[in-house]
Amino acid sequence: MTTLTLGKAINEGLRRALAGEDKVVLLGEDIGTLGGVFRVTDGLKAEFGEHRVVDTPLSEAGIVGTAVGLAYRGFRPVVEIQFDGFVYPGFDQLVAQVAKLHYRSRGNVRMPITIRMPFGGGIGAAEHHSESPEAYFAHTAGLRVVACSNPADAYVMIQQAIASDDPVIFLEPKRRYHVKGEVDETASLADAKPMGVASVVASGSEVTLVTYGALVQTARDAAVAAAEDGVSIEVIDLRSISPVDYATIEASVRRTGRLVITHEAGQQGGVGAELVASITERCFEFLEAAPVRVTGHDIPYPPAKLERHHLPDLDRILDGVDRALGRPNSLSGVEA
Amino acid sequence: MNPSDRDATGLLTRPDEFVQLVTSTGERRADADFDPWVSDVDTAALGRLYRDMAIVRRLDTEATALQRQGELGLWPPLAGQEAAQIGSARAMRDDDFAFTSYREHGVAWCRGVGPAELLTVWRGSAASGWNPFEHGIAVPQIIIGAQALHATGYAMGAAWEGSDAATVAYFGDGATSEGDVNEAFVFAASFDAPVVFFCQNNHWAISEPVGLQSKQHLARRADGFGMPGIRVDGNDVLAVLAATRIALDRARHGKGPTLIEAVTYRMGPHTTADDPKRYRTDDELADWRARDPLTRVLALLATTGFDTEALERDVAEEAAQAAAELRAAVTTIPDPEPMSVFDHVYAEPNSHLARQRDHYARYLAMFEDADDTERGAR
Repeated sequence: MTTLTLGKAINEGLRRALAGEDKVVLLGEDIGTLGGVFRVTDGLKAEFGEHRVVDTPLSEAGIVGTAVGLAYRGFRPVVEIQFDGFVYPGFDQLVAQVAKLHYRSRGNVRMPITIRMPFGGGIGAAEHHSESPEAYFAHTAGLRVVACSNPADAYVMIQQAIASDDPVIFLEPKRRYHVKGEVDETASLADAKPMGVASVVASGSEVTLVTYGALVQTARDAAVAAAEDGVSIEVIDLRSISPVDYATIEASVRRTGRLVITHEAGQQGGVGAELVASITERCFEFLEAAPVRVTGHDIPYPPAKLERHHLPDLDRILDGVDRALGRPNSLSGVEA
Repeated sequence: MNPSDRDATGLLTRPDEFVQLVTSTGERRADADFDPWVSDVDTAALGRLYRDMAIVRRLDTEATALQRQGELGLWPPLAGQEAAQIGSARAMRDDDFAFTSYREHGVAWCRGVGPAELLTVWRGSAASGWNPFEHGIAVPQIIIGAQALHATGYAMGAAWEGSDAATVAYFGDGATSEGDVNEAFVFAASFDAPVVFFCQNNHWAISEPVGLQSKQHLARRADGFGMPGIRVDGNDVLAVLAATRIALDRARHGKGPTLIEAVTYRMGPHTTADDPKRYRTDDELADWRARDPLTRVLALLATTGFDTEALERDVAEEAAQAAAELRAAVTTIPDPEPMSVFDHVYAEPNSHLARQRDHYARYLAMFEDADDTERGAR
């Protein structure tokens, strides 16, 4: 076991992928000489050369679109989108090309492209640097969407994403880049938990609390705080946003009877909406209360000094838990 | 681009000139820069280029008829652009790769795409009719200009692998306004990608004239990106062949991308769903008919004593045969099985889609006892 930050764990995962397969190439803005604005690709250009770790012109459509051509040629491109809010110029190439080419070519052309993206807020950043665009991609057939939450998962999941023959949107919780954890760099990838399987990261019996990315730690903290209050919360780290591992969530909800979902992204048409609908369809008779969403507001991401009023935090999550439990909460007495 | 490269091969940048080796009346114009690139094209070879053009024109007519008769849902005719497509595609090697839009049936023909493969998309049976790796031509692209980036990425990869294979990106005048095309120019120039940007300026993006896309010759844009631009008579198959050979040779020798503007004309509608009478005049069409890409080749051959009557007769027979094969092929394209709607969305198993697929299979199974398994028969 080695102690690594989440960012360094991704760096090591990328290094192992580059070393293991000649066709893996990294493309992005500032990822080479600088090592990325978060240093996630630090040292990789020096180690593997400028044709494996490629500093590109400043064009997200260009980066994703050339990755499509490289995939046609047999490469496994790993694309870095510098910040979540910068992905939109590349949106057409992602949803109309990357996502659809395997289908359009009737399986002849594979798009084993990994699109890495730091996502989420909480770092006091400028506009367009704190967004959570995952629902757009989860809505897009042909893409897989995953989010890591800790160094051990990050190290394994980035390699799994690169090894996948499907395109993967790989979301990195930027405010957790510096969080440290134990990583087993000697473990075989073949034995690792598949990327599409969720993790129960805290066991509990009264409420199932589902989240992903940076909020996994917040949810765990909430579970600890709730336990002091006598409430038992089971926390599930979704890991895969598309497809969702419903088996794990369903098994939990059948025991707890209550579901709370939290994410930084806005509520409308969000990942939480899909989870609530699907879990309600699958195990309505086990639910003892209406599922609850604790999300960012449906607003443009606010200025840094207001982001604490946007992002779900421990107290807002516990308020949602209280709602699910029918305990006094902020919406007590408010009609739906 | 190194300015000295341009000096050494001064022919490369001709963004304002209209390179023409065969006039619309079939006169051969000497061009010291371009002639050497087609010195191997004797009368027999010219006859073969005529054959390609005549056959794809005939196939195009037949496909339009098939659409009118309800066998195809839609067809985007290439009529008028035969020289641009045949001249460029015949310059390619087998191991080169073409990324096209949806109108490059002539390119597909040169790459060996068969009749059923060609029509599959337009019959609505699948989003692609052929395996790109069998023919060295990508799945046709409908998003305007998106393929320019794919061609560039492919070319970058080929160069990194040490291959001297080149890539040709086909797009139209309308596409030059798209970000993707301009971004492809930047990437290709920065990485010296072995790609040829082959722009068929057919003067119309559906109803919008090329003047709405650009206030200057499209080939002139190349200079701003640091690559050579060539403006060529796109209805002159010999000039197109020469220009494309020059650009491909440049690509193979590590000199990076070239932009070719092939000036041509879309004689027909944008697609069979379009009515060009609403936006352009009969006079304009007549003017371009006088610059037909096929007749000038026959006229040139006639001046050399070549038996053009025999060529015309033989090619017409061959084209009629190809058209008959196309017509026969359309009904051989299998209607897709209902459950195949779920195929190939992902390369790997996907739990979400597997469940949806299973539910739909159960739904369809409810009708198995009925006389007709079609849903509507309920």
